Amino acid sequence: MPEITMVEAIRDAMDEELARDENVFIVGEDVGQRGGVFRATVGLFDKYGADRVIDSPLAELSIVGVGIGAALYGMKPICEIQFADFIFPAFNQILSEAAKMTYRSNGAWTVPMVIRAPYGGGIGGGLYHSQSVEAFFTHIPGLKVVIPSNPYDAKGLLKSAVRDPNPIIFLEPKKGYRLIKGEVPDESYVVPIGPASVSRTGEDLTIFAYGMMHYYALQAAEQLEQEGFSAEVVDLRTLYPVDRDTILASVKKTGKALVVHEDNLTGGYGAEIAATIAEHGFTDLDAPVRRLAGPDVPAVPFSHPMQEWFMVNTEKIFKSALELARY
Amino acid sequence: MELSSELKKEMYWMMLLSRRLDERAWVLHRQGKIAFHISGIGHEAAQVGAAFALKRGEDWVTPYYRDLALMLSLGLSPAEFMISLMGKAGEPSSGSRQMPSHFSLRKVNAVSHSAPVATQAVHAAGIGLAIKIKKEKKVVLTTIGEGSTSQGEWYEAVNWAAVHQLPVIFLVQNNQYAISVPPEMQMAVKSSADKACGLGLPGQTIDGTDVFAVYETISELVEAAREGKGPALVEAKMYRITPHSSDDDDRTYRSREEVEENKKHDPLLLIQNKLLEEGIYTEKDLEELDQKAKQMVTDAVKIAEDAPYPAAEEAAYPVYAEEVPNA
Amino acid sequence: MAVKIIMPKLGESVVEGTLIKWLVKVGEHVEEFDSLMEVESAKVNTEIPSPATGTLLKINIEEGSTVDAGTILGWIGKPGETVPDDEEVDGEDISESVQPMQTKTKETQPTLQAGRDRDLGFISPVVARLARENHVDLSKVTGSGNNGRITKKDILQFIEKSSDSPPESDMAAWETPGEGDLFRPTELQFPDRFTPTKSATPKVEAPLPSANREGSGSTGDQLVPLTKMRKAIADHMVMSKQTSPHVTTVMEADMKRVGEHLQENKESFSRQGIRLTYTAYFVAATALALRAYPLVNSTWTDHGILVKSAINIGLATSLEDEGLIVPVIKHADGYSISGIARVLGDLVNRARNHQLKPDDVLEGTFSITNHGTAGSLFATPVINQPQAGILGIGAIKKRVVVIQDAIAIRPMVYLSFTFDHRILDGSTADNFLAKVVSVLENWQ
Repeated sequence: MPEITMVEAIRDAMDEELARDENVFIVGEDVGQRGGVFRATVGLFDKYGADRVIDSPLAELSIVGVGIGAALYGMKPICEIQFADFIFPAFNQILSEAAKMTYRSNGAWTVPMVIRAPYGGGIGGGLYHSQSVEAFFTHIPGLKVVIPSNPYDAKGLLKSAVRDPNPIIFLEPKKGYRLIKGEVPDESYVVPIGPASVSRTGEDLTIFAYGMMHYYALQAAEQLEQEGFSAEVVDLRTLYPVDRDTILASVKKTGKALVVHEDNLTGGYGAEIAATIAEHGFTDLDAPVRRLAGPDVPAVPFSHPMQEWFMVNTEKIFKSALELARY
Repeated sequence: MELSSELKKEMYWMMLLSRRLDERAWVLHRQGKIAFHISGIGHEAAQVGAAFALKRGEDWVTPYYRDLALMLSLGLSPAEFMISLMGKAGEPSSGSRQMPSHFSLRKVNAVSHSAPVATQAVHAAGIGLAIKIKKEKKVVLTTIGEGSTSQGEWYEAVNWAAVHQLPVIFLVQNNQYAISVPPEMQMAVKSSADKACGLGLPGQTIDGTDVFAVYETISELVEAAREGKGPALVEAKMYRITPHSSDDDDRTYRSREEVEENKKHDPLLLIQNKLLEEGIYTEKDLEELDQKAKQMVTDAVKIAEDAPYPAAEEAAYPVYAEEVPNA
Repeated sequence: MAVKIIMPKLGESVVEGTLIKWLVKVGEHVEEFDSLMEVESAKVNTEIPSPATGTLLKINIEEGSTVDAGTILGWIGKPGETVPDDEEVDGEDISESVQPMQTKTKETQPTLQAGRDRDLGFISPVVARLARENHVDLSKVTGSGNNGRITKKDILQFIEKSSDSPPESDMAAWETPGEGDLFRPTELQFPDRFTPTKSATPKVEAPLPSANREGSGSTGDQLVPLTKMRKAIADHMVMSKQTSPHVTTVMEADMKRVGEHLQENKESFSRQGIRLTYTAYFVAATALALRAYPLVNSTWTDHGILVKSAINIGLATSLEDEGLIVPVIKHADGYSISGIARVLGDLVNRARNHQLKPDDVLEGTFSITNHGTAGSLFATPVINQPQAGILGIGAIKKRVVVIQDAIAIRPMVYLSFTFDHRILDGSTADNFLAKVVSVLENWQ
């Protein structure tokens, strides 16, 4: 199997879906000739034309809103928000329209669409090119929130997302676009939305992570092994609706849970995982559920030392996991 | 454009039925039988004229909350409207999940809308984009109040349609009030149609109380859009004869004299006079039609009162498309 | 501040210990919980962990000395630190040749040994659940987590071990000392259990349960011919009474917890084909007590008291009119309650069906007689020679008892322990019996 990068896997997924279904189209800023600022759509404009790879006005609200309209008409739009930091003008369309459409029309209307957005810091992007936005969307019934952590899943999950009859928030760890490489088969496949993945089995504790943090969590688990602790790593992959069974099964096995995310701690996604474990896995717990997350400052600073202060990384995960393992 | 007598009769009937239904809704509210009503009295000519300009059932509509006459013209039944007022089972727009007058009628391509204003305008642009991508000969009509044209969403929608020359008719129903705020507090131009020149599409202001004029104007624009000549912006002027909603007290912001003066321009009176002038109907005919309309309204109320409430458990579904039976 | 090293109390009845060997020299560094010295007592010979991290400042007691439990053996502290002089010390100077304290870079996890006295610290939800489900007394589990917290792993290992031989782990908890300063004489903790009623039981002929009694002569009297077994029993009884001076002591035990455990487990055991009876618990408790008091598990010889290493408990089993036989549960201390119940059921069945093999009745080191089956409350059983004692089990009856100054109704049983006074003195015998009572009353 060829080894490719995350961003190549994402592009391949869109390429295959554009070829498979004529209702699929891409809309976003600079997605056309430019191929996207992260090159996620490179080559697709030439291959599928201006009607299917559409450069939008520089207005996120209408990238999403127009996508919703097209989806109502029966199209399957892939809306690219250039940076997740810029998604908030479209928040009303996502929250009030896309997420509620099926419910508010008693199923008469559905919104099959994907909103792709690169998220996360560690790339010198400062406050507005580094944010993690998942927690805003994992609070919204009607949406599905997906975050891949490796090329295989990125491709398989994105293809599933395009085929899903619901609005999907597909957040891509931009730091991993080229950093994270992996084998992806030539033949067509999909990764279902919903199930989490136990990416590493272990006995002493479970690290729950997703996206870039999952990449680091695996490295931290390697280090823990050097210390004599066996860490299980669960890649949540689909944050909403979340795979509670896999989470609780892992906690039942290890009795200890470390939930990691890059986003701010308070009200972050980890709180939901921690609460789920506390609520449904209390008598399996051998230690308090621990969260490791970004600090509660407004966003990731630009200057490198401050950025590193903010970012959760392998070493921070390792230290936190080690303390928990020794608890 | 010479309109047939039959067409005129049809349009009159829709305006009349809408008026009698709307009036009854106020009565039901004051009787304490319903919780809420938001009125379209005074808007009937603009809505019926626009609806009749479409290929009803084939063209698409993204309406707003005052569009009772529009929806009746598209196929909503009086009983269905009464059922929505009472929140009973079998309500077609949302299964009584939404408040009354949050319209949707899938079978005639009338899209579900929400309460945050101007969101539906963006959907219209998206539908227009889909029509263009699929190279179909359809048109989208989107309606809105003049106050909501202040929204960024509305500008983005119009901009999209203009940039991509989409088959979208933006119909602004300027009834002089956004709840209590007059147009001069919404915009520095005399008409929202004047905004068109800044956005790159044709705009015109018409008399929204003259159903035949509205019909003629919108028909031309619809056919131009259908032929790929792009979008158009129309402001239809009328006067909101009633308070904003059943809960509003318009005495706090406008005089009775002003309201009484404007009642002289009631679109229903105007069309009745025209039909009498043109000899299409006699006074007796009008009286008979009125009795017929009132009887229909009474029957509709009876049907709605006899209808059951939805089961409480229905509130749990459908959040996702997968939960929609036979979707 | 310097920390004192005291002579631990290695077991219930033990009041003194012999310091065999210091494993750390004065001036040397020692980590808390690392082995500090080797101590021997009547019960155990064990390495004792250091109560603190630091330098061994001073030794009060030389190797080979036997001292009372609680005696200060020495001091640990920072190099050069002075030892408090308000304590009784032998007058030895603190060694000047102390080495500088070593700085250890690697973190070490303290491990808390099991023991009754310890504060269990944080009990995690899963540990609490596992303890409840498996009837584990957490004070008996050694903690390896943060600050000695009992981790899920700890309790799982404990349960795994217990399922092989719960009495052993039970035992380990009693024989392993608690930590340093918290250590108190057990008598002070449970005074009621250590002032048992000693009764020099009147000597009446031991009525073995269901043994056929010979009638006295009057008209219509009938001479019942002696069977081989009857003759053997008679010979043995006479021999026994002539051989060892019998003394019987009686205590009573509250069977509430055993009863609850029995009810909880009867059905699940039954599904496995095991008939769980009270007798199994008495055997288990006796086995535990015998391990705690090995002298009770012995035989008198002219050369000395032969303490048996194996604990093989015979159970006097009535064969109705035919007499009595005593099949033996070999290594009774190696079974869980289910194991004992299984072996017991098998032996009793085979005894009643005359299917016992010769080996089944040999090598007994202690006996139990369940005279209560016919309603007997207490008895003075006759020792099964050449053993040192026999435990009589009375009928379990609900009686009014006073618990913490409140009146309660509890299922009570009298336990009559007849012992060979050549081997055992009253106090040891009572301590043994108290141990049986304690195990039954605290059944997990």
